[in-house]
Amino acid sequence: MQDPSQRGLRESATFDRASIAAIQHAARTGVYDIRGWGAKRAVPHFDDLLFLGASMSRYPLEGYRERCDTDVVLGDRHATRPLHLDVPVTIAGMSFGALSAQAKEALGRGASEVGTSTTTGDGGMTDEERGESKTLVYQLLPSRYGMNPDHLRAADAIEVVLGQGAKPGGGGMLLGQKISERVAEMRTLPAGIDQRSACRHPDWTGPDDLAIKIGELREITDWEKPVYVKVGATRTYYDVKLAVAAGADVVVVDGMQGGTAATQEVFIEHVGIPILAAIPQAVAALQELGMHRRVQLVVSGGIRTGADVAKALALGADAVAIGTAALIALGDNDPQYAAEYEAMGSAAGYYDDFQDGRDPAGITTQDPELSARLDPVEGGRRVANYLRVLTMEAQTLARACGKAHVQHLEPEDLVALTIEAAAMARVPLAGTDWIPGRGF
Amino acid sequence: MAALSRAEAGERDPARPVTIDLHDVGVRALNAEVHAPSASSYEVLNPQGAHSIAAGIHDEIDVHVRGHAGYFCAGMNQRGHVVVDGSVGTGVAENMMSGSVRVRGDASQSAGATGRGGLLVVGGSASMRCGISMKGIDIVVGGSVGPMSAFMAQAGRLVVCGDAGDGLGDSVYEARLYVRGSVGALGADCVEKPLRDEHRAELAELLAAAGLDHDPGEFRRYGSARGLYHFTSEHTGSY
Repeated sequence: MQDPSQRGLRESATFDRASIAAIQHAARTGVYDIRGWGAKRAVPHFDDLLFLGASMSRYPLEGYRERCDTDVVLGDRHATRPLHLDVPVTIAGMSFGALSAQAKEALGRGASEVGTSTTTGDGGMTDEERGESKTLVYQLLPSRYGMNPDHLRAADAIEVVLGQGAKPGGGGMLLGQKISERVAEMRTLPAGIDQRSACRHPDWTGPDDLAIKIGELREITDWEKPVYVKVGATRTYYDVKLAVAAGADVVVVDGMQGGTAATQEVFIEHVGIPILAAIPQAVAALQELGMHRRVQLVVSGGIRTGADVAKALALGADAVAIGTAALIALGDNDPQYAAEYEAMGSAAGYYDDFQDGRDPAGITTQDPELSARLDPVEGGRRVANYLRVLTMEAQTLARACGKAHVQHLEPEDLVALTIEAAAMARVPLAGTDWIPGRGF
Repeated sequence: MAALSRAEAGERDPARPVTIDLHDVGVRALNAEVHAPSASSYEVLNPQGAHSIAAGIHDEIDVHVRGHAGYFCAGMNQRGHVVVDGSVGTGVAENMMSGSVRVRGDASQSAGATGRGGLLVVGGSASMRCGISMKGIDIVVGGSVGPMSAFMAQAGRLVVCGDAGDGLGDSVYEARLYVRGSVGALGADCVEKPLRDEHRAELAELLAAAGLDHDPGEFRRYGSARGLYHFTSEHTGSY
């Protein structure tokens, strides 16, 4: 059949095919769309920034010969055992439950191989994950599913999660098809129910209480572990200031492109701000407090390449976290499963139904047969390969800018391709000295 | 059923308790000691509302706090037996795993929040959100509890000898709730259920463990209607 546009038919920009399909789905089922992944709409992103490589006025470093270091220390503000990571790319929090045990193990293996950290999620810590993760960050979430002080003490750092980029202000969600017996037992829930997580913590309210809560976590772990505070990117400037005031060692800011295992489509696409807009707010807050680099900043949400890593660091982050990209490295949306994606009404490259537990790649599922498709050793190798590529790409760009450490990258190394990106990132529009909002 | 503290059960520790005076040392020193205990029994003097007193205990020791405690007293307790001769702030025994915590006075918000085991006894009353997200803990409150108690309570038992405020058991899962006095408006998906013999029996055990002698037959039982276990747009008005 001839493409409708070739026949002179005109598609509505407002009621495009995705919008029409969403209305039809709502009318047919009476439920809103719940899916995984992060925001799919186009938003200003790192692609809208460019590096100014060295030339006459800056000296570059020789690739493959002159060192460009990548190590980072996280959490040395209060903790007696801060984290020393070899690369500034960490694995973001993703739960066992959302992911298979094999996927969690693979992430731990990959991260450990390159000397970085991985993170638990809304559902507690599994033995596989702890066993294979040299450096593991343990999340304290509103639900407290699986929260166990033994695991708190066994962790290398603690992340108090206030929100995530995919759904700032929303709680976790795990649909019944993924609440297997093991997941149900870890979360103290009946198997097979649609799990609703709280969006607010049960035992503290507001930043003053958070300071006391962080104090308790430090007391329980004898002041050894760094305490992170993670927020979804919204009012980032204020949130970061309050997190620092509450005693955070590390602040994690997750942009709207950050992924989720299951959230309402309307939430994913319409709440939060792009990470590009959030990083300068966070850095400004830290600088005003005199805490930039003393309280480390980890950013996430749409990190794909070493260029994204380098740009995030240049804007002032100390490290980044990856989630969706790590799953892709494991095999998510791999064309080898094209037929199975098609059979589910999706396609390789489009698959985002992480909530329904039928992931043919064995990653976002609790189905034993599907999970068994993912070899944790091979998956770990793929994750490690990907992390190394990200790091080498970031080093390449840093050397080109004359930096002996990727953290030496700075906003002065960047320009923006669009006015929007220039305003958000607070760097000049390419070829000009103009940063929108700062006058001419 | 969590056991009573040895002291509560009338057993005396053969050794005199080690006294830690918070006039002389900070909470950090207190907790460092009870995390690697050199004694089996401790007495804490001059707590003066300090936060995180005796948080993170993971050995079977007795800790007697002589006065009022602040937030998160006995937080995440494992195996320890803590008695507070006074009132406590927010989050007493939050996420308790085992052991017991007995508060002679009143408790502020979120008492026993997310607790997974053990026994929390509040001799006086507890403020709002008592037993929020409880996951297996037993909580006995001699007085009343405030609004939104047992919110999203997943497992365990909450016994209220006085009244319960509005929103009791909102979005409750499988926890069992017992109230002797009046109950405000029940929370979403929380309903009254018949009090059968097995419930009277477990109530009698819980009341005995708490040192209370109410007649179990005076209580009413509440729990989940299990109507919100699966998403459907027809529940829009319930959320």
